Amino acid sequence: MLEIGLEEVPARMIAGAEAELCKRTVLLLARERLISTTGSNVWTNDGLQVDGKQVAWCYSTPRRLAIHVTGVSSKQGDLHDLVEGPPVTAAYKNGEPTAAAHAFAKKVGVQVQDLLRTQKTKGEYVCARILRTGRTTAEILASELPKEVLGLYWAKNMYWRAGKPERFVRPVRWVVALLDSTVVPVEIAGIAAGNASRGHRILHGEAPVIVEAASQYREKLRAASVVVDVAERRELIRKALDAATRTVEGARWREDEALIEIVVHLTEWPSVVLGGFEREYLTLPEEVLVTVMRDHQKYFAVEGADGKLAPYFLAVLNSKADEAGAEIIRHGNERVLRARFKDARFFWDFDQKTPLAKRVESLNNVTFQKELGNYAWKTRNNWAAAEMLAKTTLSRGIKVDESALRKATEIAKTDLTTELVKEFTELQGIIGGLYARAQGHGESVAQAIYDQYTPASIENRIPNTVEGQLFGLADRIQTIVAMFGIGMAPTGSKDPFALRRAANAIVKILAESGLPLTLTDVLDSYTGIVYADMDPKRKDIPRDIDSDETLLYVRAFLRERLNFFLKDVRGFAYDVVNAVLAAEANDVRDAIARAEALTEVRGSEDFAAISAAFKRIKNILRQAEEKGFAIGSAKDAALSPEAQQLADAAAGLAPEVALLRQERAYGEALALIASLRPAVDAFFDKVMVLDPDPVIRGAHLGLIDQVLRGFSGIADFSEIVTV
Amino acid sequence: MQSFWAARGCVLQQPYDVEVGAGTMAPETFLRVLGPKPYRVGYAQPSRRPADGRYGENPNRLFKHTQFQLILKPPPVNVQELYLESLEAIGIDLAKHDIKFEEDNWEWPAGGAWGVGWQVMLDGLEITQFTYFQQCGGLDLDPICAELTYGLERIAAFLQDVDSIYDIVWAVDPETGARVTYGEVRLAEELQFSVYNFEVAEIDKLWTHFNLYEAEAQSLLEKANVLLASEEADPAEKRRFPLLATYELALKCSNLFNLLDARGAISVTERVGVIGRIRALTVGVAKAYAVQQVS
Repeated sequence: MLEIGLEEVPARMIAGAEAELCKRTVLLLARERLISTTGSNVWTNDGLQVDGKQVAWCYSTPRRLAIHVTGVSSKQGDLHDLVEGPPVTAAYKNGEPTAAAHAFAKKVGVQVQDLLRTQKTKGEYVCARILRTGRTTAEILASELPKEVLGLYWAKNMYWRAGKPERFVRPVRWVVALLDSTVVPVEIAGIAAGNASRGHRILHGEAPVIVEAASQYREKLRAASVVVDVAERRELIRKALDAATRTVEGARWREDEALIEIVVHLTEWPSVVLGGFEREYLTLPEEVLVTVMRDHQKYFAVEGADGKLAPYFLAVLNSKADEAGAEIIRHGNERVLRARFKDARFFWDFDQKTPLAKRVESLNNVTFQKELGNYAWKTRNNWAAAEMLAKTTLSRGIKVDESALRKATEIAKTDLTTELVKEFTELQGIIGGLYARAQGHGESVAQAIYDQYTPASIENRIPNTVEGQLFGLADRIQTIVAMFGIGMAPTGSKDPFALRRAANAIVKILAESGLPLTLTDVLDSYTGIVYADMDPKRKDIPRDIDSDETLLYVRAFLRERLNFFLKDVRGFAYDVVNAVLAAEANDVRDAIARAEALTEVRGSEDFAAISAAFKRIKNILRQAEEKGFAIGSAKDAALSPEAQQLADAAAGLAPEVALLRQERAYGEALALIASLRPAVDAFFDKVMVLDPDPVIRGAHLGLIDQVLRGFSGIADFSEIVTV
Repeated sequence: MQSFWAARGCVLQQPYDVEVGAGTMAPETFLRVLGPKPYRVGYAQPSRRPADGRYGENPNRLFKHTQFQLILKPPPVNVQELYLESLEAIGIDLAKHDIKFEEDNWEWPAGGAWGVGWQVMLDGLEITQFTYFQQCGGLDLDPICAELTYGLERIAAFLQDVDSIYDIVWAVDPETGARVTYGEVRLAEELQFSVYNFEVAEIDKLWTHFNLYEAEAQSLLEKANVLLASEEADPAEKRRFPLLATYELALKCSNLFNLLDARGAISVTERVGVIGRIRALTVGVAKAYAVQQVS
C-alpha cells in the first residue's frame, strides 16, 4: 500500500498520474519478481485484473495518489544466473586458464575450475553459474519506489525544497508505505514513509489518520471524510446532482461529462447544492450563461421540461454541509454568479455601442500572425477564398447567398475586439454571431459567423448553412496555406496553430455537407498571388506564401487528414482506406462511399481471391519492368483459351463497371468485378505469363495491365490484406 | 490579518508609494525574493490596473483594488494550513463553507516572473491567489517562496454579504452608528481615473514620460553593470549604487505602459515589443541586485 500525500494537484492531471503510478508500481513489482502477473492482464481505471481477479487497486483525490497491490511476496526468490565472461580463446592458453579467466572467476565468486562455456554467434565464451540471493521486498521498494514516483509525468512541475533536489507537480507532504502492517522504509522527496495519512482538510482536520494495515486504507480514509475511490465519487456526484435537481419540478441537469471529471478531481467528499439566479438574466444568450457557469464557476446548468435553460445551477462542494451550512454556501455561490452575470450583461450592453460593422477598421490592430498580417489582411484573404468557393459551388447548381457570405466574411473576426470575447475567449465566433443577429444582419450572416469555429473537434457538428460551411472552409484553408507558407506546418506532436484540427474540420465539412466540392477545389480556392504583408522588417519584399512547393505539402497534409478521418473517425480498416485512397483521394464523400462498398465485399471469398490476383498482377508487372520486358497488347498474339477467356470477360465487364462507377453504385460494381474470379483463377492456373516468346509475353502483360487499370478505379485492391 | 501574520514573524510593511499593478511588483516582493536570505513580509498594496476601470459603474471591477500581499521565503511545510488559519482569523468559519484549491498558475512577463499555484475558491469566490514563485526577474529562485495575494475588496464584500464593492462598510461611528462606505471613499476616484485613463491622458506625453524613465533607468543600469562587474571597485561603492531607485524608474514605465494600453495606444503587434523593453529593465535590475547583495 502506497499513498503519496500532496498539496492539491491540478484536477486535469490526476487521472493520468493515478494510472501511471499504478502501472509503474505493478511493473516494478513484476520486474522484481515480487508479484505474478502471468495470465491475461486487464488494466482498468481502478487498477489491474489478472485472469479476471483484481490484484491492484488505484485511488486518487486532489491531495493523494495511492495504490494497493495484493499477493506481494515479502522477499525475492533466489535466482540462478548465467554470467558471461571473456572469450574462450582469451581465457585458456594451451588448456590452462589465463589471468583473464582467474580474474573473471574472482569477480563472480566461483572457483576457476567451475567455469562453464557457452556458444554465441560471435564465438565460444566462458561463463559462470552464480546464485543471486533474493533481496527483501522492503529493501527493493526503499531503493526503487522513489524513482518510480519521482518519474511520474506532469504537464507542469515545480521546485519547493531549498537546493532544488527534485521537481514534482506540487510539494509532497506525507507518504504512507505499508507491507501489510509494516512500514516500508521509503523516502520520497525528503519525506520518510509512515502509516499516518491525512483526512479531509476541514471535515477531519489535521489529526493524523493511522492506517494500521494496508487492507484498511479505504475505510480508514472514509472515516476521515475522504472517498479515495474515483468511481465512487463520480457516482456520488451524479446521484447528488439528481437529488438536488429533483427539488425543481420538471427540471434536469445538463449532462456534461468533462465537467463531471473536473469536479470529481476537485473533491474528497463531494456534495451538491442547488442555487438560483434572477430570471432577468435569462435574457442573456444561453451560450454566455452556460459558459459563465461551466467554465468560470464549474457549475452545472439546469434546464426545464421545455429544454430551455432554467434559472438554477448546481455547485459541487468539497464538504458535507448541514441544512444551515448549505444555505450559507448556496447564498455565497449565488452572489458570485450574480456578479458574473452582471459583468456579462455590462459587457454585452457596452459592446452594442460599437456595432460589429463599425469594428472592421480596428481589425488592422489585431495581429493574426506576426509574420503574416493582421486580421484585416486575414479577412481580405478569407474573402478571396470564400468567393472562389461560392462561385464553384454555384456553377455546380447549389444555391449560395453570396452577399450574405460576403458580409459574414467581412465582419466574422470583429468580435475579437469586443469586451465579451476578451472576457470569454472560448465564445469567439459565437458572440460574433449573436451580435450580428442582434444588430440586424440577418439570419444567414449571423449563422455563418456563429458557426465559424465549428467543428472545433471531430465530434462537433458542422455549420448549419451553406454560407457557414463555405466560410468555414475558406477561413481554414487560408490559415493552413499561409502557415505552411511561412514554415509553421505541424511537426510530430507540435501543432501550435492547431492546423491538424483545421484540416480535420475541412474534411468533416466536405464529408457531411452537401457541398459539391473536393479537396482540390478547396485548395485551389486559395491560390494566385498571396502575399504576407505585415512582416515589418521585410515590407518591401512581398513573400509568395503559396508557392508550388507549399501547395504540394498542403495537398499531402489534407490527404493525410482524410486518411485519419476515414480510419480513426469513420472506423474503416487501414487496408480499405489505403486501397480507396490509392485509387483517388480528392472527393471526400466519394471516398467514403467507396470505402463502405469495399468494406462490405472484402470478406467474400471471391473478392479475397481477386485482391490476391491483383497483388500478383502488380508484382508481375513490377518484375517485367525491372527486366525491361515490353508491355504489348492482348491483341498482339493468338492467346491461349484461358488468356482469351480473361480478355473477353474483362472486356465484357469493363463498360458495365464503368457505368456503375459513374452512378456511384460501388457495391454492385465491386460484385461485378468479383465475378471475374473464375477467369482470373483459370488464367493464373494455366498460363505462364512471362512466356519466353516476347510477343506472347507482351500480349500477356498487356492483358493483365489492362485488367489492373480497368478495375482499380474504385480502389487499389492490391492494398487489401488477405489471409 | 496583519496581526495573524505578524505573530508568525512577518515584517508588516506599509504599501509601496509608487504606482504598481500588483503587490508582486513592490520591491518588498520583487527584490526580496531574490537570493538565499529568508524573509517574511506582509503588506496591503493598492494595485492600479487602468484598463480594468469601469467608471464606478460595475459593482465588481475596479481600476484600483487592494491586495494583501504576503511573502514566505522559504515556505514552511504547513503553509496551506497557516493560510487557512489566517482565514479563520479574519472571521471565516471554514466549517460552514466550501473551500477549494484550484489550479491557477501565475506569471508577470514584464517582470520575468512566474510560479505555479492555485486560486483559492471560497463558496465559488476567488479570494486568494496562492503561488509558489519559481522565477523572478528572469532568475531561478532558491529557495523558492510562497506568495499569498488576498483580494481585500472581495473578501470584505463576502464577509459583509454585499453585492457591490461600493456598499462595503469601511467605518462605523461607534457613537452615532453613522457608516462610511467604500463608495463614499473611492467612487469619485474610480470615476475620475477611468475618465483620465480611457479618455483624457495625452498619449504622446505618456510616451514621452515612458521614454524619459526608460532612458534614465537604462543609463543607470549600464553604470551598475560596469561597477558591479569591476573587481577593483570598492565594495562600499557597489553597495551605495541606487538600484532601488532604478527599479522605481522601471515601475514607472510599467504603469505608463498600462495607461497607454488603456488608451488603446498600443497595438497588439507593438505590445510584445514594449513589454520586452520593460522586461529588459526589471530583469536588468534583478540581476544587478542579486550581484549587489553579495558585494
